[in-house]
Order: sequence, then structure tokens, then C-alpha cells
Amino acid sequence: MPATITARDIRKSYGDLRAVDGVTFEVEPGEFFGILGPNGAGKTTTLEIIEGLREADAGEATVLGMPPWPRNPALLPRIGVQLQASSFFERLTAREQLRTFASLYGVPARRADEMLEVVGLTDKAGTRTEKLSGGQAQRLSIACALVHGPDVLFLDEPTGALEPQARRNLWDVLRAISAEGRTVVLTTHHMDEAEILCERVAIMDHGKILQIGPPAALVRALDFPTRITVESGLVTAADLRAGVPAAEVTDDGVSLAIVTREPAPALGWLADHGALAGLQVLGGTLENVFLQLTGREYRA
Amino acid sequence: MNAFRSLSRAMLLGFVRDRGALIFTILIPVIFLVLLGSIYKSTGTPQVSVVEVGQVSLLDGAGHSQLGKILQITRSRNLGAALNDVRQGTEDAAVQQQGNALIVHYSIASQVTAGVVQTLFASIVQQADQQAGGRPAAFRLATRQVEDQSLKPIQYLAPGLLGWAIASGATFGAGITLVTWRQNKLLRRLRLAPASAGAVVGARIGISLAIAMVQLAVFLGIATTPYFGLKLTASWWMAIPLVACGTLAFMSIGLLVGSFAKTQQAASSIVNLIILPMAFLGGAFIPLNFAPTWLQDVSYAMPLRYLVLGMQNVLARGDGPASALPGIAILLGAAAVLTLISVRVFRWDQI
Repeated sequence: MPATITARDIRKSYGDLRAVDGVTFEVEPGEFFGILGPNGAGKTTTLEIIEGLREADAGEATVLGMPPWPRNPALLPRIGVQLQASSFFERLTAREQLRTFASLYGVPARRADEMLEVVGLTDKAGTRTEKLSGGQAQRLSIACALVHGPDVLFLDEPTGALEPQARRNLWDVLRAISAEGRTVVLTTHHMDEAEILCERVAIMDHGKILQIGPPAALVRALDFPTRITVESGLVTAADLRAGVPAAEVTDDGVSLAIVTREPAPALGWLADHGALAGLQVLGGTLENVFLQLTGREYRA
Repeated sequence: MNAFRSLSRAMLLGFVRDRGALIFTILIPVIFLVLLGSIYKSTGTPQVSVVEVGQVSLLDGAGHSQLGKILQITRSRNLGAALNDVRQGTEDAAVQQQGNALIVHYSIASQVTAGVVQTLFASIVQQADQQAGGRPAAFRLATRQVEDQSLKPIQYLAPGLLGWAIASGATFGAGITLVTWRQNKLLRRLRLAPASAGAVVGARIGISLAIAMVQLAVFLGIATTPYFGLKLTASWWMAIPLVACGTLAFMSIGLLVGSFAKTQQAASSIVNLIILPMAFLGGAFIPLNFAPTWLQDVSYAMPLRYLVLGMQNVLARGDGPASALPGIAILLGAAAVLTLISVRVFRWDQI
């Protein structure tokens, strides 16, 4: 099956700033794809070029086999775009908002009302969008992008400024949308979001893609040491060092920490000595991948 | 529902639910009209009270003419008492006739009244002369002068304030919408919907035209009440195309402002900076007849002048429908030029 989205060596500069500097990737049908990177990495510009909002200086993009630029009326009904939580008509209620967007696509009002239920806003139907909470506005905004049943959904920083509970709520909505078989592309600067939602991520910095792959594979490829902690006082650090020579052991009086690239012998030794109380095992994360790739701490 | 209709509906709801906009575009201009109309009502056509001392035959004729409406005549035989009344200001003038000489006594305490009295009697005498000379055609010339020189306040206040209300409503409507939609990215969101740009622009123009027509109806409704007493002249309906073209012209100003301004605050400040001075310079607040020459010259550059004067002509002066056409042409020309400039500097987003 041909790729749903292709980007080949896309470039875009604003004056001296190379916002997007040779980006190449493909998104498969039905895939949940993430573009991850700190602010100013070029994620949004990349997305806007693929959506057809900006013309690339060089390179080539296709969506569903069609070029998105110049404005392509054949493509527009098949893509859904969420730009910002406040991209609404002023002073309309949630239901009116959705119905207005629906009518732009020739979709009946009934379908618009169904979308309210999909994003869990039925009880807010009569509320003006200015009065919705951040999470509710974000969900409505996604409903507006989905109201015409597009094959591909683009989301730009969908959980940007949300509090943790609202973020988790939104993740559930996004997973459900992806489960319907739609292709979803989102940009985010939250590492955890990319790890939890995306089947594949492209890590971007300074307009370039540093690495692409499933989050777990990226982390595994890093060969990052595993950190095991248990309660202090169950066994002594000296015994542990003797039993598991390949581990680095520290004891701060609260926790006994073991850092090793081979967690199996250490875990086996702890189990044999009945010292698993308070056990935590931490592997690498995408943040470690970013650190490894750029040589600097990840700052969203 | 098709895109044009639902966009129109969305914009209309957005407008009527915005109390600020309702107050600004409809209520404040109406309050101005009611206040100014009431204040200047009494100073409209000057009423001149005259004491006729003895028999003054010239006044007998004048009583039946147009001039008679201005004169309030009381009769007296006592010159001394009459002069005292004039001195006190309870009467504006005392008049005697001695043979062919008309003697008018007036007070210079009020220079305006003194001027009115002098002009008035000069024209009465002139009338009498012309009638004696057997040239009745000239009689109409004299009366018309008195009528036309002074439009009643409501006759210039209503078109002027209406012009200002329409100008600010249309400019704000286009400018603020453009800036708001660019700021919240709705503009780009609409671009990614299959609805045509024509539907979006058409809906915005339609709503602005509808608002302007409501303004026109409200203003005419209030101004023609017996209290304010505006009498619509035969071709008043030409005000409708005038208002429509004025709306287009001022929307194009708003479009231009919206193309440059980055925030709503900036846009509304710039619009105010344009519209308020133009209201004065274009004759919306003060009739241009009374304005100094330099201001009259400047007013030719103000689109508002053509809207206001055009409406004065067809609403109050009783000029024919064709009198509105030059104004309509100039307003449409301004709209075309400004829209072309706006299209060149238009931006979809803030970068």
C-alpha cells in the first residue's frame, strides 16, 4: 500500500533562519505518527507544509498521493486540521461551532451533534466556546477537525497547555480516533506524550530530523543502563557488589540503587535474597535519546 | 445548510451576542442623535418676535408668505413700551412704517438675533420692491434663500450621525474580524476547508450590509418621529444604495487596517484614529456649510463627506435621485482602490 504522507527533502527558510532544513519521512496508512522536538525545532512549519498552508522552498510533499500546495480542493475534504484550541467563530456555542464547520464541508447538522458525543461534550453543547475549559476547548477543536470524517488528521501541539488530567482525557480521545483506522499526525514537545501515543516518532531539532522509529525501539537502541531501586537495609551494598560484579551500587540510606546494563542477574540476586521490597525498575526514555542525539538536556 | 448561509448565520450571531458592538454601532449613535437633536431642536429655524407699532403694510403681505412662518407679530400703539421690550430682550424687534420708510428697531445685545432681524427685513423690503416692479418670478428667489440657508438641525444631524455610525460599524466589522481570525488562526482553518473564499467574504459583506440597513432604519425611524420632525423628501430611497456603497467603502478601509494591524487593540485604535477625525473633517458632526474654508477643502478627501452629503441631498434637501450618483461613484471607487491595496498587503498569518 502506498504511503499516506510522503515528505522528501523539504526545506523552508525565513530570512537567515532555516526553519525546516531537509526533512524526509513517510507515514503509513492508519499510522499514529509523532513529530517530537523542542519549541522552534521546525515541527509546526513541517506540519504546515504538509497540510498545504505553506509552500516549501524546496522538496516535495504528498498527502494521499496528491500535492497539498497550491490549495487543493480535492484533498481538503479528506484531511482534518486542528491548528489551535481557539480557532473558533466568536461567541458561538459548542454545538453551533461544530455545525458551522460541518456546513463548510456539506456535512449535515446531525453528524455534527454526534461528534459532540464522541469527544464527550454533549452536556456542554449550549455553552459558548469562550466559557469552555482548556481541555474542553481542545476536544471541541478536535471534533471540528473530525466532523467531516477525514482520512488523515493533523494535530499541532494538541495538549500544549493542558493540566495532567485533561491531557490524559485527550489521550483517550486520540487513541479512539486512531483505533478507527485514521492516520493521525501530531506534533508535540512532550516526550511522554510521544512515547505513549505514537507508533513512530520523528525527533526534530534545528530543522532536521535526528532519528525516526517506534519510541521503544529508539530507546532500546540507545543501550541505556537500567536503574533498579529497592528499600535500603534489606541487603548491604557490599554484599550486592560482591554478588553482581557488573553493577554500580549506591545506598543513600533510603534506597539501594543499582545501575546496570544487564538487569537480569541483579534482579535474580535480589530475589534470591528476598530483597525486592519497594522495587522500581527504570529504563531509558526518549529524553535520554534526545540527550544522546544532541548532547544537551531536553528542554521543552 | 450551505457554507454561505451558515457562515452568515455564525457572523450574525457573533455580532448580536457582542453587547459592546451593539452598543457601539447602534446605541451610541442613536443617543447622539437624540441628545443633539433635542439640544439643537429649539435653535432651528429662527423665530423672530416683532412688535408692529402702528400700521405696517409691508408686514401684512409678509404674513402670508414663507417669511410669515418665521415672524411672530404682536401689535402695539406704544412705541416707548415696544422699544423697552426690545431692550429687555422679550421682543426681537419693533417695526414702524413712515410713508415708504420701514424703520426697524433692534438690540445689539444678541448679535445673532440682530443679524437675523436685519436680513429678514432686508428681504421683506426686497420682496415688496420686486412685487411693485411686477416681477413675481423673482419673489420665489428671495424666499428660497431664507429656506435653504438653514437646514434644520435634524436635517443635517440625522444624515451626519448616520454616516458616522455606518462608517465606524463597517470599518470595525471588517477590520476586527480580519485581525481576530488571523490571530486565532481561524483564517487559515477556513482556508483548509473546501468552502470558497467568496462564501467567506460574501457572508461578511452581507452581514455588514444588513447591519448598515438596520442602522439606517433605526435612524430614519427616530428622526422622522413628530418630536424630531425630519420630513423625508421624495427620493429618500436613494439613501439605501448610498448606505450600501458607503458600507463597502468603509469595509475596505477596515480591510486595509486589518491587513496591517497585528492585534485587536491595535486595529481598533487605528480605526478610531481614522474614523473620528474623518467624522469632523467629513462633515458628519458639523455641517460643512458652517465650516471654515480649509475644512471644506480637506473634506473632499474624506469618503465620509460623500456619504453624508449624498444622504443630506436625498433625505432632507429634496434633490432628485440622480444627486446621489456622484457620491455613489466616488464611494465605489474608493472601495475598489482600497480593496486592491488590501489584497496586495494581505497576510494569512502573523509571520
